[in-house]
Amino acid sequence: MDDKKFALGSSNHDFPLIFERSQAGRRAAQPPKADEVDLGELLGAENLRQTAARLPEVSELDLVRHFTQLAQRQFSIDGNFYPLGSCTMKYNPKVNEEAAKLFSELHPYQDPATAQGALELLYNLQDYLGEITGMDAVSLQPAAGAHGELTGILIIRAFHQANGEGEQRRVVIVPDGAHGTNPATAAMVGYEVVEVASDKNGEVDLSAFKEALGPHVAAVMLTNPNTVGVFETNILEISRLAHEVGAQLYYDGANLNAVMGYARPGDMGFDVVHLNLHKTFTTPHGGGGPGTGPVGVKAHLRDFLPVPLVKKEAEGFSFDYDLPRSIGRMRSFYGNFGNLVRAYTYIRALGKEGLKQVSAMAVLNANYLRIKMKEIGFNIAFDRINMHEFVAQPPAGLKTLDIAKALLDYGAHPMTVYFPLIVKEAMMVEPTETESLETLDQYADILSEILKRAENDPDYLAQAPYHTPVRRLDEVKAARKPVLRYSFSTD
Amino acid sequence: MNYLPHTLRDIDKALKVIGVASLEELFADIPAALRKPEMDLPQGMDEVALMRHLRELAKKNTVSGPNFLGGGAQRHFIPAVTPHLSMQSEFVTAYTPYQAEVAQGILQATFEYQTLMSELTALPISNASMYDGASSVAEAALLAMRATRRNKVVVSQGVHPETREVLATYLQAFETSLVELPLQDLVTPEVAVTGDTACVIVQNPNFLGSLEPMLALAQAAHNAGALFVAVVDPLSLALLHAPGHYGADIAVGDGQTIGNPLNFGGPSFGFMVVTETLLRQLPGRLVGQTTDIDSKRAFVLTLQAREQHIRRSKAKSNICSNHQLTALMAAINLAALGPQGLRELALGSVKAAHHLAESLQAVGLEVLTGPKFFNEFVLRSSLPPRQLRRELAGQGIHAGVPVPADYGLGDTVILSTTELTTAKDIDMLVSAIKQITRDRALEVSHG
Repeated sequence: MDDKKFALGSSNHDFPLIFERSQAGRRAAQPPKADEVDLGELLGAENLRQTAARLPEVSELDLVRHFTQLAQRQFSIDGNFYPLGSCTMKYNPKVNEEAAKLFSELHPYQDPATAQGALELLYNLQDYLGEITGMDAVSLQPAAGAHGELTGILIIRAFHQANGEGEQRRVVIVPDGAHGTNPATAAMVGYEVVEVASDKNGEVDLSAFKEALGPHVAAVMLTNPNTVGVFETNILEISRLAHEVGAQLYYDGANLNAVMGYARPGDMGFDVVHLNLHKTFTTPHGGGGPGTGPVGVKAHLRDFLPVPLVKKEAEGFSFDYDLPRSIGRMRSFYGNFGNLVRAYTYIRALGKEGLKQVSAMAVLNANYLRIKMKEIGFNIAFDRINMHEFVAQPPAGLKTLDIAKALLDYGAHPMTVYFPLIVKEAMMVEPTETESLETLDQYADILSEILKRAENDPDYLAQAPYHTPVRRLDEVKAARKPVLRYSFSTD
Repeated sequence: MNYLPHTLRDIDKALKVIGVASLEELFADIPAALRKPEMDLPQGMDEVALMRHLRELAKKNTVSGPNFLGGGAQRHFIPAVTPHLSMQSEFVTAYTPYQAEVAQGILQATFEYQTLMSELTALPISNASMYDGASSVAEAALLAMRATRRNKVVVSQGVHPETREVLATYLQAFETSLVELPLQDLVTPEVAVTGDTACVIVQNPNFLGSLEPMLALAQAAHNAGALFVAVVDPLSLALLHAPGHYGADIAVGDGQTIGNPLNFGGPSFGFMVVTETLLRQLPGRLVGQTTDIDSKRAFVLTLQAREQHIRRSKAKSNICSNHQLTALMAAINLAALGPQGLRELALGSVKAAHHLAESLQAVGLEVLTGPKFFNEFVLRSSLPPRQLRRELAGQGIHAGVPVPADYGLGDTVILSTTELTTAKDIDMLVSAIKQITRDRALEVSHG
């Protein structure tokens, strides 16, 4: 191992890659012993691999050090306040993890008679999510929020086709503040995307919306509360107008955390809903998945859901493949079951009253932090009582990116930055309900200190952060000449 | 339980700061007609009651006993160190690594994952992971259609039936012709590929356990200017030739076998590894190496111009979250196993399968796959496959994934072995099936 790569936590050297810790002949795990045999005979000589994959060879302690030190180079909810707008970075209860372990050994193709507990859990979760959202039927299959969106839009497409309107309806309307996945999903399914503007209150501009509507519209995709944290007060009118021209109303469930027990998308008139269990229902984000994106629909769309659903009969629970108009399957097996167990556990822990209290405290915290940030000099993009999140802007002359980077030195994660696109230098802040007022006060204090330091030393912000495992990165270099894997010195 | 820190005093204090009189006032924007829906949900529970309830549910499942279930998910050895390291709070509760300075843990581990998948598949460019094997195949078809500007997708019937269903679902919105190649003698026949074909998709080992003539099939695809998509079990690549070796343009599959628990089918993760020329068409996240302003090596999400949060309706895919944690688990597991350990897993699985097949043949049962196969094969059943599975379950054995009727093989099941399969497990299964078959024969002759 050359000196440059040798690091015992020293900050002056590159942190080594697992491949750079490798020494031929070392090993960690010891599987059951298997004596060599004539593989040509069992597999056919022409099918055999000639050169082995260069996996690292490390001892178990080397492995433990490596991945423990990597973990230490990482912010997380458990270690840091993480107020990312629209991401709902709330606390992920530990009991969920214990619950998931109880079911981790089940094979998807074992006889359903030997998996009745799992099926009962799935059946009840379909029911609970339907109840929370006000929808008539729920598929638990989609593997992420965007995957749920794809499922939902395919369902809407199949519905219009079944009505002979497949050709006619070629447009999906999204507000200009929508999450990027909304237009990407609509385009992936072959729809033309039309964006409608927001009004000065941060809501869908009704007159622009009316103008965009017509018999060519397949669906309207909305988030409510929307991405600036404002409840669409005209939602019933929007729903009426959309349905009048035969369009289907799609609910992006990213912001459901604001309204549980206070309002339901089904009652607002939405026909399809996707949920992000990794947001509202506390399944871990995992550094970028696995998410889980169940889809709920009104009765007229039930027949189009992916198969299988779980049904209950006299002899027990079973998978229901009998949906002749189903769009088909969206992934293998039954969805991200491990996460479905976690979400079920969370819903059962909190119950009806607890879920409502979650939304109340999420909205309370967001409004509290909005006032605090306003007091120290941030501009609030739509300054009114907001829901679970709000959008701020830095004082004139300062860049959002610089403030975000400065926060890192204080062990605080930035808010979502430069989104939504409709607000310049946007900072979208969502503290979630699991944070205490003291944490919110500290965050405001840190922001205040950063603003003061920026005033006294203009260069300070542009250079931040200073004390993170690495400092600002050369992203242009990364993209211009992509290095996407380790190169062995023998290459 | 509700995990909330707020005391009544906190709530009062916050309401005062905000300048409203009550919590209800915070929700005043919600029209009265929508307010306070009645949700028919159970009451909350304390932790003891909650875990008691969940254990009761878990008791209604049976997971103990010999396990010969495969068909896209298999029970493999996962050393204790793998879940311990991958389930560290810092990995589990992190978000997507957009702030690279404080996300080097996830970013570097993903770079290592990309390297490992590239090594296993012998192709240069791996993305950061996909949802699962099935949706990865669908994304591979979309990629091939973009790259070739052709609209015909040819898929072997040897590709997992659920994967083919997902492929059909994804393609329904495109003007695509999806053509299935029926198997001949359980293997994909070498057919002429037409010039309008975007890609040919073949799974190796295929759903019925057969080893496919990948080299010849790849050549047939390339001769027509089509891409060749190899759907592979990453564990098999410890012993079998890899997609890059036989000229595949895209390798995809499900990573469950290299380090994820079964989880009743999910989450695991999908992977996608491609040639250099397809880099800019690749869906999903990518981690690249760069340096920071102090010239230190660092890792960052790169080439994001392909993605939905930048390109919106012009993105290559709508994929946002991938399956980072389960992919990380596989990366840690591969590093724990090392080249020798991975080989031992594969070798143990193959040997057990051949031992099982021989033992079944020795008592007069018919194995349809082979004679060359990896760790799964098709067995003729004397009774309907679901019934066989149930009767075996009654004897405490999990075995017999039903082969769908459209393969035209009659009553058949897939059996699968791994390095965890013992000689005793095999004896148990063979004598159970023998007994069931004999009883059935008696029933029929007396019936």
